[in-house]
Amino acid sequence: MAKMVPIPSTGLLTERDLGKAPILEATHLGIEFGGLKAVDDFNITVGRTEIAGLIGPNGAGKTTVFNLLTKVYQPTHGTILLDGKDTHGMNAIQVNKAGIARTFQNIRLFNSLTVEENVKLGLHNHTNYSTLEGILRMPKYWQEEKRAHERALELLSIFDMQDLADHKAGSLPYGAQRRLEIVRALATEPKLLLLDEPAAGMNPSETAELMENIRKIRDTFQIAILLIEHDMQLVMNICEGIAVLNYGKIIAKGTPEEIQANPQVIEAYLGKKKED
Amino acid sequence: MNYLKNMNKTTRSNMVTYLMVIVAFVIVQGMIATGSISSSLKGQLVPICAYVVMAISLNLTVGILGELSLGHAGFMSAGAFSGVVAAQCFSQNIDNPVIVLILAMIVGGIVAAIVGVLVGVPVLRLSGDYLAIVTLAFGEIIKGIVMNLYVGLDAAGLHFCMIKNTLEMDGGKMLINGPMGLIGVPRIATFVMGFVLVMVCLFVIFNLVNSKSGRAIMALRDNKIAAQSVGINVTSYKLMAFVISAAMAGMAGVLFATNFSTVVASKFDINTSILVLVFVVLGGLGSMRGSIIAATVLTVLPEMLREFSEYRMLVYAIVLIVMMIATNNATVKNALDGFARKFSFKKKSEKGENANG
Amino acid sequence: MEFLFNLISGISLGSIYAIIALGYTMVYGIAKMLNFAHGDVIMVGAYICFFATTRYGLNPLLGVLLSMVVCTMLGIIIERLAYKPLRQAPALAVLITAIGMSYFLQNSAQLLWSSSPKVFQSVVGKGSIKLFDGALSISFVTVVTILVCVIIMIALVTFVNKTRIGKSMRAVSEDKGAAQLMGINVNSTISLTFAIGSALAAIAGVLLCSAYPNLVPTTGAMPGIKAFTAAVFGGIGSIPGALIGGILLGIIEIFAKAYISTQLSDAIVFAVLIVVLLVKPTGLLGKKVSEKV
Repeated sequence: MAKMVPIPSTGLLTERDLGKAPILEATHLGIEFGGLKAVDDFNITVGRTEIAGLIGPNGAGKTTVFNLLTKVYQPTHGTILLDGKDTHGMNAIQVNKAGIARTFQNIRLFNSLTVEENVKLGLHNHTNYSTLEGILRMPKYWQEEKRAHERALELLSIFDMQDLADHKAGSLPYGAQRRLEIVRALATEPKLLLLDEPAAGMNPSETAELMENIRKIRDTFQIAILLIEHDMQLVMNICEGIAVLNYGKIIAKGTPEEIQANPQVIEAYLGKKKED
Repeated sequence: MNYLKNMNKTTRSNMVTYLMVIVAFVIVQGMIATGSISSSLKGQLVPICAYVVMAISLNLTVGILGELSLGHAGFMSAGAFSGVVAAQCFSQNIDNPVIVLILAMIVGGIVAAIVGVLVGVPVLRLSGDYLAIVTLAFGEIIKGIVMNLYVGLDAAGLHFCMIKNTLEMDGGKMLINGPMGLIGVPRIATFVMGFVLVMVCLFVIFNLVNSKSGRAIMALRDNKIAAQSVGINVTSYKLMAFVISAAMAGMAGVLFATNFSTVVASKFDINTSILVLVFVVLGGLGSMRGSIIAATVLTVLPEMLREFSEYRMLVYAIVLIVMMIATNNATVKNALDGFARKFSFKKKSEKGENANG
Repeated sequence: MEFLFNLISGISLGSIYAIIALGYTMVYGIAKMLNFAHGDVIMVGAYICFFATTRYGLNPLLGVLLSMVVCTMLGIIIERLAYKPLRQAPALAVLITAIGMSYFLQNSAQLLWSSSPKVFQSVVGKGSIKLFDGALSISFVTVVTILVCVIIMIALVTFVNKTRIGKSMRAVSEDKGAAQLMGINVNSTISLTFAIGSALAAIAGVLLCSAYPNLVPTTGAMPGIKAFTAAVFGGIGSIPGALIGGILLGIIEIFAKAYISTQLSDAIVFAVLIVVLLVKPTGLLGKKVSEKV
């Protein structure tokens, strides 16, 4: 059963989510690649409607954490509770069905398909007709395809992308590809959305717009968002809780203010001061 | 008429393909009626239909799913041999050859689909070069088994045995005679049936591709990890495409076999698989219309250019290499695109379709 | 005694597969492509040697050398013309090109040398070693094949592990980009790999036709596919894997022929491949590679 009161020592919960079971609780999570601990004893709690940030220097293991949460890699240690349910033994597909959706650091779109088709693929498990009904073009097919079409356009309108629906995903500019990945992930109706460097390659005005949209998404869909980002302005601006990862271990957790003042974090980013 | 307005490029392109097949059929029927068709071409009509079905079904695996199968002829073989045995059995009780052929095609399709599942379940855990080589291996295994198969039919029913002919039959006749293959095949295949099979397969493929299942299959081709991340079951959709493709190849096999009185198993070897692959590549990966045209032209042309027949395979080989370099090398591709733009009146807009037409 | 005879024949056939498999495995390791045409280079090698020795009466050893030179050049030309333009292309495109190249070689051979079979004169003298009072007779070809295979293996492992060029080959197979940054010429390393693989193919062709003298344009196709099977069996990219895979495959094939069925032997060989891949998808000695996310 879901715990009603989150563990305060590992939690990043905002007041808004206090008292509600957290959406994600990962404890002692770890993975080894040939003896090397890429992620070790990773603990995090994300509230139901929290925007949380995962930061750290390059190679700290941030994307690996995402890969563990989404079961691209199976963790060698620890447990992941999604909405109180253990995801142990689930594969990537089942985790998505259970409620985690993600974007990728190196964009992974279905490049030869259209923008709309990409979103419809996100809607795949919510489009209810069988293959046979599809081949024989039964009424259910038309009905569900129409619904998927409308829903896809609706979701695209979050980023004002509905006019691009017929373009090939691969032909979109970089920023639009990143946004499309978010829309596609949202289409799977997640409870927790993982964004891997959503602002990478965006200019400052695009980033500002993205920040607005991330908030908007959280407010509209009432979901939790965990993001990896190097743009500190974005992280400090929109994240309510932040965890800092270095060499596969969490070295600090807290509110943006606390993180900015944390000496360990400063050391991890800037290196140790030489003692004369 | 909302649908007409909603009819996108893909649907329109599919309609053109259907129309092309129908028009071709009507013209040929007209030629047959007026007797203006050469006898050699007439004899090729059924094989052309069979190869067209082979090409579009392989295109489903290679073009839509994006996995190279080098054992497509194996499914054709499984379908042909089981379908003909079925036809022999059915024709004892059913007089109408059309019904016998339809039933035989269904049996051949189902048997090929079952073989497809048997091959697919293990094979589809692999991908890329490994998958290609294992499909090749399976094609050879199927050929090996069929070449050593003896099937006879007598009053007591069907008799099977492997490797050596040890059948103890009470009269009756041999249906499959080891390396000699199928003997005494009822020649019940007709051009009309071939046309119907092509249309049915086209219908299934087009409608599959433009449904959620088809999208899922194409998503696997584009990015497997992303497909999993949105909850798409990679294995089952891969298997689906593979098995549908196998079933169609099996039906094509029945059509092909029942056009001749004898068929040997070695006809369905790696060379046939590669020939069909040439159709698919030349017609354009993912383009059904291209496959149909390529399969037709490359089946008719060699007959017409008989004196060049020894150069045929050489030309195919060069075509494969040149096509791949032309469509995949950035430098060559840009040069070609620039060239094409100069000579086309309207610039084609970014295509929103990818797997049809 | 029959068992021992079959075992030795199996090892001998397996040695030929192993030498061919080396070409596949090295090219796969470095260029990450399945060079489908490799089997047909074997055939070209055999034809060159056939014409050199039988038609023009060249010394067998010179014939082998000539055929190695021709195949080396052929391998480099194939790589430059057909594969190099596709360095960045999807694997499917490269594989189809390689299949095209295989058919190109086969059909060119058919046009040049006709499809009627040539009877290959063994480059190894006729005769055999008799053991156990003549109960077991092993032909010289069998012995020479096994010896050549062992020598090639030792030489190649030494070359790859001890020399500078060998190191650069290993570097390219690990990471092309990084190797380039370290000042290694990736293109010439790939060319070199094709050259070595093709030279070995020539030797394999000569040995194959010395043991099975029927030479036709498709001679290389089946052994080529089986050798690739052997390479996959042993774990593609691994030189010792090619040896183990080749020998095992040769033994399985000969035993299947002897004790089960001649017609079904190929089917059995392929069935073994499939089972191996299912149990261990990267082969016996292969490394696991996973896509970076």
